[in-house]
Amino acid sequence: MSTAEAVRSDAPPQALKRQLQRANRLARWKALGLVAPLLVFLLITFIVPIVSMLTRSVYAPVFADVMPQVSEVVQAWDGRGLPDETVFAALAADMVAARADRTMGQAATRMNYEMPGTRSLFMRSARQAAQLEAPYSDSLPALDARWGSRDTWAAIQRVSQPLTTTFYLSAVDRTLDADGAIVLNAEEQRLYVQLFWRTLWVSALVMVLCLALGFPIAYLMAHMPPARANLLMILVLLPFWTSLLVRTTAWIALLQTQGVLNDLFVWFGLVSEDGRIQLIYNQIGTIVAMTHILLPFTVLPLYAVMRGIPPSLTRAALSLGASPATAFVRVYLPLTAPGLGAGAVLVFILAVGYYITPALVGGRTGQLISNLIAFHMQESLNWGLAAALGALLLAGVLALYWLYDRLVGIDKMRLG
Amino acid sequence: MSITTPLTTRLVTATAFLALGLAACDSGNDAVTNPASTDAPQTAVSDAVMDTPADDITLTIVSWGGAYTKAQIEGFHKPFIAKTGITIQSDDYDGNIAPIKAQVESGNVVWDAVDVETAEAVRLCDEGLTEPVDHSALPPAPDGTPALKDFLPGTLFECAVPISVWSSVMAFDASKYPENPPATLNDFFDLEAYPGKRGLRKIPKFNLELALMADGVAIADVYEVLSTPAGLDRAFAKLDTIKNDVIWWETGAQPPQLLADGEVVMTSAFNGRIFNAQIAESQPFEIIWDRQIWDLDLWVMPKGGKNKDAVLDFVSFATSTEGLAGQASWIAYGPSRKSALALVDAHAEFPEVDMASHMPTTPERLANGLQNDYEFWADYNDELEQRFNAWLAQ
Repeated sequence: MSTAEAVRSDAPPQALKRQLQRANRLARWKALGLVAPLLVFLLITFIVPIVSMLTRSVYAPVFADVMPQVSEVVQAWDGRGLPDETVFAALAADMVAARADRTMGQAATRMNYEMPGTRSLFMRSARQAAQLEAPYSDSLPALDARWGSRDTWAAIQRVSQPLTTTFYLSAVDRTLDADGAIVLNAEEQRLYVQLFWRTLWVSALVMVLCLALGFPIAYLMAHMPPARANLLMILVLLPFWTSLLVRTTAWIALLQTQGVLNDLFVWFGLVSEDGRIQLIYNQIGTIVAMTHILLPFTVLPLYAVMRGIPPSLTRAALSLGASPATAFVRVYLPLTAPGLGAGAVLVFILAVGYYITPALVGGRTGQLISNLIAFHMQESLNWGLAAALGALLLAGVLALYWLYDRLVGIDKMRLG
Repeated sequence: MSITTPLTTRLVTATAFLALGLAACDSGNDAVTNPASTDAPQTAVSDAVMDTPADDITLTIVSWGGAYTKAQIEGFHKPFIAKTGITIQSDDYDGNIAPIKAQVESGNVVWDAVDVETAEAVRLCDEGLTEPVDHSALPPAPDGTPALKDFLPGTLFECAVPISVWSSVMAFDASKYPENPPATLNDFFDLEAYPGKRGLRKIPKFNLELALMADGVAIADVYEVLSTPAGLDRAFAKLDTIKNDVIWWETGAQPPQLLADGEVVMTSAFNGRIFNAQIAESQPFEIIWDRQIWDLDLWVMPKGGKNKDAVLDFVSFATSTEGLAGQASWIAYGPSRKSALALVDAHAEFPEVDMASHMPTTPERLANGLQNDYEFWADYNDELEQRFNAWLAQ
């Protein structure tokens, strides 16, 4: 029953209210129905895999699976002195079994994340475990002194529990010591906190640059006759549609020390032949290339919003006595806030996750946290740590998104 | 419907963001995570059963790309395809072995054979991710020497079959140094006599050994010193002396490109890539063989692959005397079989080039070179990579 019919009928107010509610609910279900296929797709291809990867940051049962006996008996150890003979014997038995199954490497790798250097301890001991004799609390330390160390056994006790905080602690440059206290890593091992700060800083800078550069472009396009505006739009969209790698390698050709820009500087006499400026393989390269690649994400929303601002408003402000600058700042700029917000959020969130551009042109100082996440996923195969770093990044981005919502409001954002 | 509630707006906006973000991010990642495959014809990978006729089998063989993969395609892919009718799809990768782990763990193994360095071969085998190999079943040399004796000593590992000896060397552009060109490792670290940027690979492996050797440690003592905390500090201190002048490369194709661009004056590189630039691209590069660090490339087969028999045939053929000599006529990596070494002759495309003189396996070069200690790196790689990354970030 349509709303119009309901109004014409003589139904009492209560029924009318119910009909209105039903019509509202129907509208919401229809909207959900339109979005549902995309939501299901995102759920299956995006959310489920990501959640399963993120669980690896806390759930690592590999040691308990490969070495079940020692994992069980070491729980009873109180952490003082050394464990008793049953624990040593269980370890020896497990090592013999794991070596036969060729699963020893997995447990050794997991142990190595907990206490660096113990991979070799486990692998070497496993190779000779079959020749060991009871009492193992003597023969194992005789094989390698680290078996007689409390630190090693404290680490084994921690590692045999499937739920772990090791990866999150590593992701903020900390470890657990033998007593279970959290300690900061040695200075030459500290890496991630610094990289998180650098990532936030670079992303914020890229966001500001993109807004600063994108605003004039969008303004120009919005105030031109449609034909010329369309031409400019094509000039913005064509690079946007060009492959990311092509654009990044183009920047390499432009910015390298023997490249176009440096050649121009030398030709104009701004720098000497030997004093060419290093514009790439450092942070400058990352910032320049990322700004270029993310610029369309500010131009497009801003353009869409500016197109919708009637020029009469600015003219009214001028006619009321405002200077052009005042009219711009107090009338025009606030009206573009939805576009500015959309552009800023898009660019920032994308920049925080970028890893190809920093990998190609960032050199040493332009590396971002995403490069380390990729490194741990692809080369060191430490998926637990990669998941922990990714989870922290995700949490940071969600926190910023929430903050933005509180300050500005997500529904005030317009993409076009 | 003109009724839009705040909830619907937020839902639609959030979904739009996710979709846009997906589109933007994935367009970038695609190109790197799906490397381009090269010449071999693209056919659908069939679920090969053991007795599938050879025409229906497609093997996915993964190697390092560029000039190296080209040498392998010419050296043994093509003869193998001609001999057996099995199709080979050649994929490139940059040393990232995570796909092997992911494929084996998920039970969906797509890569049939992968060309890896020694430390990775040992590590993958230790973690049970690759198939063990029976080396006595490999084909003998043409003169009847069994495979176990024909391969160079110390090159046969439990789950891998060796291919060739490659080495990390220093290279420079000879046209920039008409007189007094750099000749030793110490010249690489000498920023006063030879000013300019250096290129180094962005991993601790080999860089730490180079630093120690440049600091005066004898070749035979390098790994012993490197196992001590004082030795590590010494290596990093030596690298600190050139840290600000280094451009860090990640793929084998980058060093020749950096030299050609003039971005660096000296760089570490894989010797075969420099050879290719010298011969096929006529670049005026020279190699400093002093203190080369040599290592092996090996074939490993991920566990649970779908074409076990076919890929074993391929690996046996590729590492036979004929196959290795074939690769050795395209790129200057020393074959791992003595019988193939004896067959090394001229380049297949440029007959005036004598391959043997460009290989790292000449007696003088081996005497002055360091063999990569895979056990050291299998044990300490994670820890040293952490420290190296932290050092890089500061």
